[in-house]
Amino acid sequence: MMKVVRGFYSVAHAVKLCKPNVICAYPITPQTEIVENLAEMYANGELENCRYITAESEFAAASILVGASATGARTFTATCSQGLILMSEVLFNAAGMRLPIVIANPNRAISAPLSIWNDLQDSMALRDAGIIQLYVENNQEAHDAIPQAYKIAEDQRVLLPFMVCMDGFKLTHAYEPIDLLDQSVVDNFLPPFKPKAYMTTKKPLAFGCYAPPHVYMEFRVAMQNAMDRAKDLMEKVFREWTEVSGRNWGGHLEVIYPDSKLFVVAMGSIVGLLRKVVEDLRREGINLGLVKLRTFRPFPVEELRSYLGDAEKIIVLDRSISLGYEGNLSIELKSALYGFSAEIISMILGLGGRDLSKEFLENLIRNAIAGKEASGFKGAKDFEEVIP
Amino acid sequence: MKFFGRGHGACPGCGLTTAVRNVLNALDGRCFVANSTGCLEIISSQYGKNAWGVPYIHSLFDNTAAVACGISEALKALKREEEGKVVVLAGDGATADIGLTLHGMFDRNHDVIYICLDNEAYQNTGHQQSGLTPFGESTTTTPAGKLILGKMGRKKDMVAIAIAHGSPYVATSSAVLPADIRRKVKKAAGIEGAKYIQIHCPCVTGWGIDGKDVVKVGNLAIETALYPIVEFENGKLISVRKIKDRKPVEEYLKPQRRFRHLFTDPRGKEVIAEIQRIADRNAEKYGLDLKKE
Repeated sequence: MMKVVRGFYSVAHAVKLCKPNVICAYPITPQTEIVENLAEMYANGELENCRYITAESEFAAASILVGASATGARTFTATCSQGLILMSEVLFNAAGMRLPIVIANPNRAISAPLSIWNDLQDSMALRDAGIIQLYVENNQEAHDAIPQAYKIAEDQRVLLPFMVCMDGFKLTHAYEPIDLLDQSVVDNFLPPFKPKAYMTTKKPLAFGCYAPPHVYMEFRVAMQNAMDRAKDLMEKVFREWTEVSGRNWGGHLEVIYPDSKLFVVAMGSIVGLLRKVVEDLRREGINLGLVKLRTFRPFPVEELRSYLGDAEKIIVLDRSISLGYEGNLSIELKSALYGFSAEIISMILGLGGRDLSKEFLENLIRNAIAGKEASGFKGAKDFEEVIP
Repeated sequence: MKFFGRGHGACPGCGLTTAVRNVLNALDGRCFVANSTGCLEIISSQYGKNAWGVPYIHSLFDNTAAVACGISEALKALKREEEGKVVVLAGDGATADIGLTLHGMFDRNHDVIYICLDNEAYQNTGHQQSGLTPFGESTTTTPAGKLILGKMGRKKDMVAIAIAHGSPYVATSSAVLPADIRRKVKKAAGIEGAKYIQIHCPCVTGWGIDGKDVVKVGNLAIETALYPIVEFENGKLISVRKIKDRKPVEEYLKPQRRFRHLFTDPRGKEVIAEIQRIADRNAEKYGLDLKKE
């Protein structure tokens, strides 16, 4: 059913269709309206076999879902920024305990200074947690990502938390016409959550045992193997989704003009604008391609190598930075393309909601291709740094 | 030994294991245990050697109440509540210091029996002070020195905190009172909501006592009124363990290494006098002394 809704609702509606058993969250801008929508559905009795809990913090919310997920419940939370950081101790733990909690993360900058506005720094900080990270371009993709997230995360070969990352404000607050899925479509696509190991008095098991040096490493190896299996399974589920919904969001990557020698690589809603930028620059005679990276963890190394192995120049648009080094996506891409010859220009821009206009991006890319734009921050004003 | 015990690594005389066995027996093993990081977790949950005969989860140090809330809510959502009760087994540090999620559990009144196994310090890591370490105790982070004679703060009143949250059932007990533990756990299991039971658990290494003296020392804590055994229902005091001839606190303090400095340092007398005042206030507050007719 096509309906004009905000990004929040596109997520909340999809969560409802996935029939979660325990939803637990704590409000934080720009996430709040996702859980407000779910709270309203709960209050109206639209969520069957479900308990909705407003926790006293994101830390508690994630912890409640650890208990619920280990008991065999399908779980959902939404958070971002400070909330995600506050959850981080629990989320590392949930991944290690192999609990397939699904998290919607409307990306927001990290304090200090306090900023409610958008960049990708929050989810990047959870890079090493053992959480699958998918970045979406628009609200339909966010809507479609939720059932796929459950299907992938809950697969016995995976069993890892799954985070759907969508740009805060830019997507969450935007009205778009969304093809809201029918319940029957999701029911046919997504099997019920039936973990082989869960807490029950009928067959008591111990979860979260500690591991001395002679076994700890094997648990981490198993998580890495699960990530590898997730990478294959995701491709399969993405294809299946295309058959079910008629919408093809690509695989781990979507590559536009793959025969190009010059590429722009980016994640999230900025890709929507870049599609137009690339078209216009191609009309100027620049043979430019675009890589939309969807899956950040597991990182699709082979796919990137196969598309970018022959590239001459790659411009990476990063909306987060590993302070003391460079943009997070650039770091990953350079590592993936080690041994290949492409020149990689790393541009850090749009931090803390700094606006990115089409003209601004066009000029940057045009100049970079002409060899007139080096790696570094783009769009930051000159200012006198105060060093006390 | 059915529900807990195969191959646990507790010290001989450890109060925790007696308390845990009696909690699980009272519930006939029909329970889900959420355990915080700490002594009990370390002695019972090594991968491949865990000592649990009931469904068990250890997540983190600081989130056990919330994990238990999640189990409780999941059982409701999945219509599996008849499987058993949800029980937290957490140490005093995990309860009174780092376990912030306790307050959310009380606030939302999840159906959980929260049991604080109170051995009065972080004993697993070598005796550091917690919020439930009593006044005057020497720990490695509040050591008795030339200037300061051990912990100079008070023992946090978790019972009052639980009652203030509106908890429907709040009680204390002791590892030396197994029948009392069983009765209170059974009673808590029959009440809906977030219950709190704090069990005094002697620690042979941290307190500096012999395993054979655990029962004696545990009883002295009760007989001196330093560990009042009380029971509240809906905020109302419904029972106390009366003391026949209340003993001076020295009798409890003296056999324990953690209080030894109070008897070697001349200023210890003042600290002991203050500890006696704490005991006197406890006796008066809860009416612990059995009146002689």
